Amino acid sequence: MAAATTLIIGASHAGVQTAASLRDNGYDGRIVMISDEAHLPYHRPPLSKTLAKPGGAALQVLRSARFFEDRRIEFVPDTRIATLAPNERRVVTADGAVIDYDALVLATGARPLVPPIPGRDLDGVMTLRSLDDALRLGEALQGADHVAIIGGGMIGLEFAAVAAGEGRQVTVIEAAPRILGRAVSAETADQLAAEHRRRGVTIVTGDSVLAIEGQTRVSAVVTKAGLRVPADLVLIAVGAIANAELAGDIGIGNREGIQVDTGLATAVPGIYAVGDCAHHPNTHAGASMRIESVQNATDQGRTVAAALTGGKARYTALPWFWSDQYELKLQIAGITQGHDLAVSRRDGPDGRLTVFCFRRGRLVGVESINNARTHMAARRLLGAGMTITAAQAADPDFDIGAAAKLIAAAE
Amino acid sequence: MANCLRDVPSRSPAATGVDGMPRVTYLSPSGVAHSVDVRAGDSVMQGAIANGIDGIVAECGGSASCATCHVYVDEAFLPLVGEVSPVEDEMLDFAASERQPNSRLGCQIAVTAGLDGLVVTLPERQV
Repeated sequence: MAAATTLIIGASHAGVQTAASLRDNGYDGRIVMISDEAHLPYHRPPLSKTLAKPGGAALQVLRSARFFEDRRIEFVPDTRIATLAPNERRVVTADGAVIDYDALVLATGARPLVPPIPGRDLDGVMTLRSLDDALRLGEALQGADHVAIIGGGMIGLEFAAVAAGEGRQVTVIEAAPRILGRAVSAETADQLAAEHRRRGVTIVTGDSVLAIEGQTRVSAVVTKAGLRVPADLVLIAVGAIANAELAGDIGIGNREGIQVDTGLATAVPGIYAVGDCAHHPNTHAGASMRIESVQNATDQGRTVAAALTGGKARYTALPWFWSDQYELKLQIAGITQGHDLAVSRRDGPDGRLTVFCFRRGRLVGVESINNARTHMAARRLLGAGMTITAAQAADPDFDIGAAAKLIAAAE
Repeated sequence: MANCLRDVPSRSPAATGVDGMPRVTYLSPSGVAHSVDVRAGDSVMQGAIANGIDGIVAECGGSASCATCHVYVDEAFLPLVGEVSPVEDEMLDFAASERQPNSRLGCQIAVTAGLDGLVVTLPERQV
């Protein structure tokens, strides 16, 4: 019998973890992993933190070339897929190469959403998703004095911190009433906003960009409320859309993502989706959603590899996130969106904040700034399906770390 | 990958690695040794990734956010590997394998010439 082939389209956190976990689980078939980028797969989070600055940090590979060779993972760079033929279990690359598969894992990721703002094609207007984007942005930052960032989400704020740290005049323009409206509680957002302002960043909320001005290069950003923000570099960071065109061609995806079940399988036999592109039923959120995070990408990679090697195949991992801005380390355990009660605590060293988020009386997530112990404890607690009461959350003598250690001891 | 790098000046004859690169030995939980040359300035975590060493997951890429590059540092080198930062200290408390007095996050130890010969043992689990 010919060895089976697993084809992975996309070679970032989710694709690489899928390949690595397949081998860890003893999968002996052929593994082909296709990337539309030229580089070895790399860590994406540093792109908006340490890479997008003049002379920024070096690329960090996820795994070395030797890792892929040793595990017989065929990494194919610089290649796009033209067509997908699910009945034949076959794909054709843009170069015309034909690859037959037994299982297909779509790990195609997402790309920046670029709203139709006049002037978006001017020189100096950029987005940030890939290593090449980060290098371009870092180079542009070198010659820029005024930086305008459209969107007060994680990527925009992380780059604001980088640019402010390089001494640039930075303005963040957010259409919603506050920054990070979709990502974190008001109290956490307020602390981050205060730190940005303390570092000289101007944050404009409740206003949106009408046009980006300039001849060939950007010179300013004009808002609905009539602000005119001088800018020689603009980063558009208003969110991302799933790379789901291939899936869309066969009826299993749209701009919202590629629809999968709890086992990360699509409705088409033999085709799975993982990572940023996967619109999946999330047990912790109680809803179907896409999550853009390293945790989601790697844990979904592990889950799909388990499914393909006959093991546990339900995606139930606890979501967690982090963001580094200046000296603030934000960490989030669980899904805090949609909470109806937030209990916050400030204790310990300056800047240390913890926000316990509840929904219908149940702890759904914990946001913390410079409080890694609480974050890790919350991950353990929530991951075990445990909750605490709002009264415990508010009690300065309640130690969530000790509570989490008790769970570990009981397991 | 680790051996094809640039103009690192050759150093003291004590350095055992190629082109004077510090050598680090990673011991698997069962005691299998992998000795590799690590680019000076890279972290213990990066040295493992660059050389395809099993047992270092490094989910967060070196920002002390995941505690999946946990290592046990050989006692002889403990005084040389620097201080544990508050964030690292708190992350180590909740690493997947039990914390020991010689526990560190591999991403927080920069491999320098002074650490040539460093030995670290990998834990049973990182996740």
